[in-house]
Amino acid sequence: MIPQPFDYYAPATLREALAMIASGEHKILAGGMSLVPLMKLRLALPEHVVDLGRIPELNYIAESGGVLRIGAMSTHHDIESSAAVRAHCPLLAEAAGHIGDAQVRNMGTIGGSIAHADPSADYPAALLALETKIRIVSANSDRTIDAAEFFVDAFTTALEPGEIVLELQAPVEDQGEGYCYEKVPHPASGFAVVGVAVRVKKAGGKIAMARIGITGMGPRPFRDSMAEKMLESGTEIGQATQSIGQGEEANSDLYASGDYRRHLARVHAARALRTALTRAS
Amino acid sequence: MKRTISLTINGKTYTDEVEPRLLLIHYLREVAGLTGPHIGCETSICGACTVLVGGKTVKSCTMFAVQADGRELTTIEGVAAADGKLDPVQEAFWNEHGLQCGFCTPGMVLSVKHLLAANPNPTDQEIRHGLDGNLCRCTGYQHIVNAVKAAAAGKGGV
Repeated sequence: MIPQPFDYYAPATLREALAMIASGEHKILAGGMSLVPLMKLRLALPEHVVDLGRIPELNYIAESGGVLRIGAMSTHHDIESSAAVRAHCPLLAEAAGHIGDAQVRNMGTIGGSIAHADPSADYPAALLALETKIRIVSANSDRTIDAAEFFVDAFTTALEPGEIVLELQAPVEDQGEGYCYEKVPHPASGFAVVGVAVRVKKAGGKIAMARIGITGMGPRPFRDSMAEKMLESGTEIGQATQSIGQGEEANSDLYASGDYRRHLARVHAARALRTALTRAS
Repeated sequence: MKRTISLTINGKTYTDEVEPRLLLIHYLREVAGLTGPHIGCETSICGACTVLVGGKTVKSCTMFAVQADGRELTTIEGVAAADGKLDPVQEAFWNEHGLQCGFCTPGMVLSVKHLLAANPNPTDQEIRHGLDGNLCRCTGYQHIVNAVKAAAAGKGGV
């Protein structure tokens, strides 16, 4: 038993859940893979916990009109093993397979992960490279924003009190696109010291389109549009990746300094791009 | 505020009043009396507390008992047949020396069952990836990998 008592609610519908959390005083429990450890450490001491685990309408993966829609309560395992994700956004399936371990992937959810916004989480790199949109709802609002606007800072998102992540909307990757998620895992925790997600399209032997999302390096994930433009205008990979992370804040800790993280981002972006190109047709 | 939960563990229904802050591992060990799932690190790293919930492995130290309300669970106590005949995975761990002290084994066996259910013929790399969430401090893992391969081979055609 953990020390802090709390009230537990398990609504059966989204409407019920949104009404419960409208006051903004409730902590939302999705898969619990971040929240439960934080509660055990007393870093989170919520008095009211609303469990979204019994709302079937939040758990789906479906493609329609060129957009892959993923319900917030889809687990990492659902995403990693979903035929629809593997066919339409294989980059996301690849990133999901790198999260934690099998038990964590069975419980942890994509909505919970992004709402927690751990700067070392794997998904954000892929979501940025995929130009994903995130639909956010509350009892009286419904808005859809770009992933780039969603991640504000370490453990800080654009979510307002009373709001939850409802759905992720990723444009379907074109046939023939190459993709790759490259990660430097922390040897103890498995979290991304740096993670790089890339997508490329080839045309006439050149890179016609490049998308690069980076997680772990700084307090928030980012897309490197300068490197993307350099690649699209014919700069070779080694040179184009040299500027990655320039001007972006980088985290330092006992394991890796900010400069080393920036270096890793550049090296692994180049590797990811080369792998992605071999997968592109 | 206590809540009444009702869940099925190893085919048997349990109904109990629990506080929401009770972790599933503590419910299993102290309320249901099933001490097969072990408490190793209690920080969702070591996997000794692994059980199946709805057929999928979870770390029962990182889940509240109330979250398991209405679900079907399997602990190591429910793996062997009622007459005591070991499951092929348990048999393979025995034959291949897949354990020494045995503390991690209840979690390992359930993770292997989950792995083989999804992938009946895993490669060495897939086995190691599938068991990433279960730590063993005795075997150096090689005998565990051997045991998984033996269990997979024995299951051929099933």
